[in-house]
Amino acid sequence: MTARDAIGRLFEPGDRPRWQADLLLIAKIVLVIYAVFVVFGLVLGLSVNGVVSTLRRVTFFAAVYALLTLALNLHWGYTGLFNIGVAGFMAVGVYSMAILTASPDASPGGFGLPLWVGVLGGMAAAAVVGLIAALPALRLRADYFAIVTLGFSEIVRLSLLSASLREFEVAGRELGTGGGSGITFTGTQSIVDWLFYPGGDRRADPTVVGEFLFGVGDLLGVQSTVVRSGMYTVLLLVCVVALYALLSRIAYSPFGRVLKAIREDELAARSLGKPTDRVKIKVFMLGCALMGLAGMLWQGGRGFVTPESFMPILTFYVFVALIVGGSGSNTGSVIGGFVFAAALWEGPPFVQRIVRANLDARAPPTIYDAAVELGSLDPLPLLGYAVGNVDQLRFMIVGLVLILLMLWRPDGLLGHRTETAAATDLSKRPTTAAAADGGETDE
Amino acid sequence: MSTVDVRRLFSSLTVEQLFGGVLLGGCLLLVLDLVRRLVVGDLAVGTFTTFLWRGIVDGLLIGLAAIGLSMTYSILRFANFSHGDLVTTGAFTGWTVAYLVGGAGVAELGSRLLLRADGRAQPGDLGMHVFAEPLAIGLGLVVAAVSTVLVALLIDRLVYRPMRDTGGIPLLIASVGVALVLRYVIAFIYTSSTRGVTASAPRLEHELIFWTGSLNVHQLTMVAAALVLMVGVHLLLQRTKLGKAMRAMADNKDLALVTGIPTERVVRATWVIGAGLAGVAGYLVVLDRGTITYNLGWFLLLLIFAAVILGGIGSIYGAIAGSLVIGLAINVSLVWIPSDMNEIAAFALMILVLIFRPQGLLGGVQTA
Repeated sequence: MTARDAIGRLFEPGDRPRWQADLLLIAKIVLVIYAVFVVFGLVLGLSVNGVVSTLRRVTFFAAVYALLTLALNLHWGYTGLFNIGVAGFMAVGVYSMAILTASPDASPGGFGLPLWVGVLGGMAAAAVVGLIAALPALRLRADYFAIVTLGFSEIVRLSLLSASLREFEVAGRELGTGGGSGITFTGTQSIVDWLFYPGGDRRADPTVVGEFLFGVGDLLGVQSTVVRSGMYTVLLLVCVVALYALLSRIAYSPFGRVLKAIREDELAARSLGKPTDRVKIKVFMLGCALMGLAGMLWQGGRGFVTPESFMPILTFYVFVALIVGGSGSNTGSVIGGFVFAAALWEGPPFVQRIVRANLDARAPPTIYDAAVELGSLDPLPLLGYAVGNVDQLRFMIVGLVLILLMLWRPDGLLGHRTETAAATDLSKRPTTAAAADGGETDE
Repeated sequence: MSTVDVRRLFSSLTVEQLFGGVLLGGCLLLVLDLVRRLVVGDLAVGTFTTFLWRGIVDGLLIGLAAIGLSMTYSILRFANFSHGDLVTTGAFTGWTVAYLVGGAGVAELGSRLLLRADGRAQPGDLGMHVFAEPLAIGLGLVVAAVSTVLVALLIDRLVYRPMRDTGGIPLLIASVGVALVLRYVIAFIYTSSTRGVTASAPRLEHELIFWTGSLNVHQLTMVAAALVLMVGVHLLLQRTKLGKAMRAMADNKDLALVTGIPTERVVRATWVIGAGLAGVAGYLVVLDRGTITYNLGWFLLLLIFAAVILGGIGSIYGAIAGSLVIGLAINVSLVWIPSDMNEIAAFALMILVLIFRPQGLLGGVQTA
C-alpha cells in the first residue's frame, strides 16, 4: 500500500452520512494535532501554562486560517474565481475598522465609533472594494483575473504605506492611515473583556463569569492572560463554526448551485439564463467581506496594525491551506486551516524550541562558518544555523508542500469530493430503488 | 447636431468605450499639463529629462525579464510566478562570481562566497565598478545567465515537465511553490539582509546628450546590454528555424505537434532564452541599484507582469513595449504624485488597460 492509498483511506467517509463523517474527521485531525503538541510540549518540559498557551496559539492560527480559507473557498472552490488579492481585502477590512474606531485625539485620529460599527463598516468597505476590483476583472480569463486581484492588493498595501495618506482631513476631521508606522485603535480582542469585567473595564473587579474562569485557570496553573486570550480563541472558533454553517447553507442553496455551475462551465450556466455576471459580483463581494472580517479578527485583535502585515505572501499561505484541504470543500478548508497552522506555521518554531532545549547547537552567523565546521566533522553548527533560520526553512517547506501537492495530490488531502447539489444526502441511496423503477443494478 | 443624434451617439456607446474616452481625455489632460509645467517653468527641463532617462533604464530592465515571462506564457501556457525569483537567482549567482573573481586576494573567501553576508568585503575596497573590475563584472554577467538557465532547466525537469498537460492554474500554483522554494533557499544561504554590492558608478562627462549632468556608466552598460540582447532575441525569432518553431508553437501547439516540431526542444529553448534573460536582468538591476536582497525579483515580478499584460501576453514585442510604458509611467508620474505612490500608478495603468483591451496593447500578435 502506497502512502497515497494510506492517506486516501484515512479520509474515507465510511458508512456514516457525509456531514457526520466530516465532523468526525475534523475532530480526529484536531485531536492528533493536539496530542502531538502536548507530547512534545511535555518532552520539552513545558509547564501546564506553557502547554495550554502553545495549544491556544495553534488553535488561534488554525481558526484564523480556517476563516480565511473558508472565505477563499467561496471564491475559488465554489465559483472558480482565482482571487490572489486576499491580503488586500483583509487590509481594507482592518484599516476601515481601525479608522472608524480609533479615538479622535489619537495620531492618526479616527472617528471613535463603537467596535461593532467598526466591524460592520470594515466588512462593508471590503465588500465595496471587492466590487471595484470585480468590475474590471470579471470578464477576464482566470490568470488575468489573478494578476488583477494581486495588483489590486498591492495598490491597497502601497497606498496604506504611502506617507501622503498618513494623515488627511475629511470634513474638518483629522483622519489617516498612519503610513508605515501604522494605526492604533480598539482591538477586537476587547470583546472578551466584556465577559470578564463589568463594562469591559480591565481595572475593575472581574464579573462572576470572569471570576469563575480565572479560578478554573488558577486551579490548573494557567495564567489569567492565557485565559483571556483563550476566550478570544474560543470566540474565533465560534466564528469558524458559524461561517462553516453559513457557507454550507449557501453551497446547497440555488445560489450555490449557480456558483458551481459557473465554476464548471460558465457559458452553459449563462445559456441556461443564469445571470452569471451578477452572481459572480455578489459572491465576490461576500467573500471579500468575509476576508475583511477574518482580517479584523486576526490582525485587528491586537489593536495595532501596519501595512507590513498584508504582504502578498499572506495570500499564498491561505491558498496553501485551501489546497492542502482541497478546494471546493468546506470541510477541506477547515482541515486545511488546521493542518497549515499546526504543521507548517506553528510546527517549525516549535521544533526550533525543542532542538534548542535539547542540543547545544549555537548558530554561527553564516552558512559558510557552519560549513567550515562541518568540514571538521561537527554537524551541530549547521543544525544550529538551520534552526536559527527557521523562518526561511518554514517558507521553503510551504513552497515544497505546494509543489508536491500539485504534482501528487492536486485535489488536496481529502481527494476529489463529489459535491451533491441536492439538500438531502444522495450518497446513501438504497440499492433496491434502482431496481424498483426498472433500472439495472450493478449486481 | 440635433439632440436626437447626440442621444443616439451616446446610447450606442458601451460602458467600456465611455470609460475609454474618459481615460483618453485624462491622459490628454496630463500631457497638456506636462507641457504647461515645462513652459511655465514649474518643472525644470533637466528634471523631466532625468525622469525620461530613468524611465527608459527601468523599462529596458523590466523588458529583459518580461521577454522570458511572455515566452513561457505563450509556449508553456501558464503564468509563471517563479520568474521573479529566477531574476533573483541570476543576481545572486552572478554577483557571487563577480566577488569571487574581483575580490580575490583582497577579501576573505567566506565573505566573497556569500556575497557579504557577514558585512565584510566592502564593495568600495574591492572597487566593484565596471572600470575597475571589467573582467569580474563581465564574467558575473555570463554566469548570471548560465546559472539561471541551469536552475530553470532543473526546475522544469522536476516540476513543470510532469505537469505538462495539466491546465494553466495548477501550473501557476506550482510555480508559486517554486518561487517560495527558490527565494527562501537564497535567503537561507545568503541571509535575508539587504546590502550594497557595487561601488558608486563612475560617470561620463559628456556634451552631446540633451539632458544636463553626466552619464552613469552602470546605467549605460545596462542599456547597451539590454538593447543588444533584445536585438538578439528578435533576430533569433525571425531568422532561425528555432525561432520559427517557437512562433509556431506559440500560435497553435497542436498544429505544431502535427507538423513535426520537436516540442520538448522548443520548450527547452524557451527556458534557455527566458531564464537567461531573467538572470541577466537580475544581475543588471543590482548593477544599477547597487544593492541586493533576496526578494528583489519578487517585488519586480508585479511590474514585469504589469508590463507583459500591458503589451499583451504572449507577444515579445508587446512585452518590450509594455515594459517601456511601465518604466516611463513609474518615473514620469513623479511629476504629479509622490515617489511612494508611483508603483500604484503602474498597477492602475495595467488594470485600466485590461478593462478596455483585455488582449493588451499588441495583443493577438503571438511571439512575432
